[in-house]
Amino acid sequence: MRASPLAEHFADLRTQRHALQFGMWLFLVTEVLMFGALFVLWATYYQNHAVDFRAAAQHNSLWRGSLNTYILVTSSFTAGIAVWAVQHDRSKLAMKLLGATFALGVIFLVIKATEYAGHFEHGIFPGRHYRFEELMTQGAVLFFSIYFVLTGLHVVHLLIGLGVLLWMMRNLRRRRFTAEYHAGLELGTMYWSLVDIIWLVIWPLLYLVR
Amino acid sequence: MNHDETAERMAPDELDYLRVERGLWSWLTTTDHKRVGILFLISTTIALFLGGMYAMLLRAELVQPARDLFDAAQYNRIFTLHGVIMVFLFMIPAIPSGFGNFLLPIMIGAKDVAFPRLNLASWYIYLFGAVWIFVSLFGGGIDTGWTFYTPYSTTSPSAVLPATIGVFIVGFASITTGLNLIVTVHTMRTKGMRWHDMPLFVWSIYATSVIQILATPVLAMAILLVAVDKALTIGIFDPAVGGDPVLFQHLFWFYSHPAVYIMILPAMAVISEIVCTFSRKNPASYRAIAYSSIGIAFTGFLAWGHHMFVAGIATIDAAIFGVLSMFVALFSAIKVFTWVATLYRGSIRFDTPLFYFFGFLFLFVFGGMTGVAVATQSLDVHWHDTYFVVAHFHFIMVGGTISAFLGALHYWLPKMFGRMYNEKAGFFGATAVFIGFFLTFFPQFLLGNAGMPRRYYSYPEQYQPLNMLSTGGAWLLGIAILFSVVNLLVALKWGRKASANPWNSRGYEWTTRSPPPKHNFVGTPVFNRGCYEYALNEDEADARVTTR
Repeated sequence: MRASPLAEHFADLRTQRHALQFGMWLFLVTEVLMFGALFVLWATYYQNHAVDFRAAAQHNSLWRGSLNTYILVTSSFTAGIAVWAVQHDRSKLAMKLLGATFALGVIFLVIKATEYAGHFEHGIFPGRHYRFEELMTQGAVLFFSIYFVLTGLHVVHLLIGLGVLLWMMRNLRRRRFTAEYHAGLELGTMYWSLVDIIWLVIWPLLYLVR
Repeated sequence: MNHDETAERMAPDELDYLRVERGLWSWLTTTDHKRVGILFLISTTIALFLGGMYAMLLRAELVQPARDLFDAAQYNRIFTLHGVIMVFLFMIPAIPSGFGNFLLPIMIGAKDVAFPRLNLASWYIYLFGAVWIFVSLFGGGIDTGWTFYTPYSTTSPSAVLPATIGVFIVGFASITTGLNLIVTVHTMRTKGMRWHDMPLFVWSIYATSVIQILATPVLAMAILLVAVDKALTIGIFDPAVGGDPVLFQHLFWFYSHPAVYIMILPAMAVISEIVCTFSRKNPASYRAIAYSSIGIAFTGFLAWGHHMFVAGIATIDAAIFGVLSMFVALFSAIKVFTWVATLYRGSIRFDTPLFYFFGFLFLFVFGGMTGVAVATQSLDVHWHDTYFVVAHFHFIMVGGTISAFLGALHYWLPKMFGRMYNEKAGFFGATAVFIGFFLTFFPQFLLGNAGMPRRYYSYPEQYQPLNMLSTGGAWLLGIAILFSVVNLLVALKWGRKASANPWNSRGYEWTTRSPPPKHNFVGTPVFNRGCYEYALNEDEADARVTTR
């Protein structure tokens, strides 16, 4: 008989699940605030360099950014349906969906890598290493500094998210998630959704402002 | 008194949490909130003495006007390390992660915090961050001031990178503690305990935790940007490439102002408990103290611009920040008056924790009123970056928080370790701390008002007498704190064994044994009386606390 997932300090599974979800929501709030500080940074510099920002954004690949948006939103969808699948005892489907989510995340990274490569080719580097002859305004330099910090940090979170997805797939294979109780799965997919939501703010700030 | 019997009834037949497992490994792998709390208390107290050592060094330099022990560059490193170690390794974590962790679950009748393993992780995160700060220390230290203002912090040749990485990491320890305690309060109160049944300590720690999770991420970003800039020379705050150094100040102070409420709210949490126990009375208004904690947390977020009055912000913006800053004082005043009203007509018991409260009362009010003064833009223009501001915040942080911290150590020592400290020595220590503190920092108000700038290692001749007084006071303060802590350490080994409830308090943590068993109570405790209900007689009060 499998041991109960109930930890000894919780009164019952319902309380445990509620506490875990609440804890994850609080953690997501802290992540939003952290990225929020960067969004404030963007907004402040945009105020003073609107024209330069728009000009600089032209040199971001709109189709790559938009494709990445589509990819992440789809991956959030597949992650969410995976939870539904486990709730309905369809673990095989859930595994496929989590795998798809993981694959989409990897594709995002590949596209991002090609973007970075393109930028480096043109001499677009963060801050003082910037040497893109065609656009040498202060605003452009600032824009790309923010671009690299924002997308770089987002990539770090996405990599963590990939790790979380692997952990969930492993637990799913070991039948740790049941229809009655799958809090770990819910928490992990919440985190993945955050990665998606942060990108949904990054995309307009860095790609659509042109 | 039936207290020991009550405690036996609430937690029979079990080894206490200290003896149930022994050895270093059991401590390093513990998930018991009480042990994690003690680990934090040990680490933060060490940090207190380390930060204090830096304070003694800089006070030694200031005895004479001219340069005697250190040159400017060395002096800058000393006050910076004093600030960084004190703020991030002591003031922020000491009471919430130390006493909050130990007491909060017991006070709400829970077996542990919501996420015990995350709790242990938060201590390791704290240590990991501290290690990075030590790397910076051994790498020559930093000379930027604990405020890391750009563009100097991103261009200084000192060891800014490991220091900022360390502060970034320690911030996550703060966030995880806050997150853990918030979820604990929401989901793990014992049967029948509504929010308005909780001890006031819990309300204040809860408010602290809310600030921790909302404010610290912004600091994380601000400090990460400095670290990235130092490492990769990006120049995000560098005017030469269009960056705005004042923007760093906004991001930094958006955290660091609420941070000071992270430092004082837990002290207020302690004071609320001490005042009620030592006057054997319920609080003059429970709701006033509970809600004012939330009020302080909220208004604390609106005030950050008062650190930037002379940074070039618009006069009207400064004025608005000034007014908003004063709102916090309203809530602090509500607490102070409620505490004093609680003492009135109480049955006062004069022991060391209450003496720390008296010190707190006087010094915190002084500090708070001078806070309202510096919030006035037109006055702060004169006082900014002088010793007046230094005195203001030390009155609150040392006179307020450290008094409460020491009071808490004395008050809860019997509960945590089952030993009682020597009361005469405790009283002597509390008095010496107060006198030492006042001698150290009151002259600094006068010095600042007379124009002596802060962060300077030398000064004009006419400031010397007050500086000498301040340094003398610092020696007394340092010795007094050391003496008080040693008194407690002596008690751990040789102190009289304490009963379950040596203070005869009605607080819930006193209904279980001293020291408590591993799961605090056996089964689910049910508290059929308030935690400040002194109107009931002893037997009735004991009978109403049961377990199921």
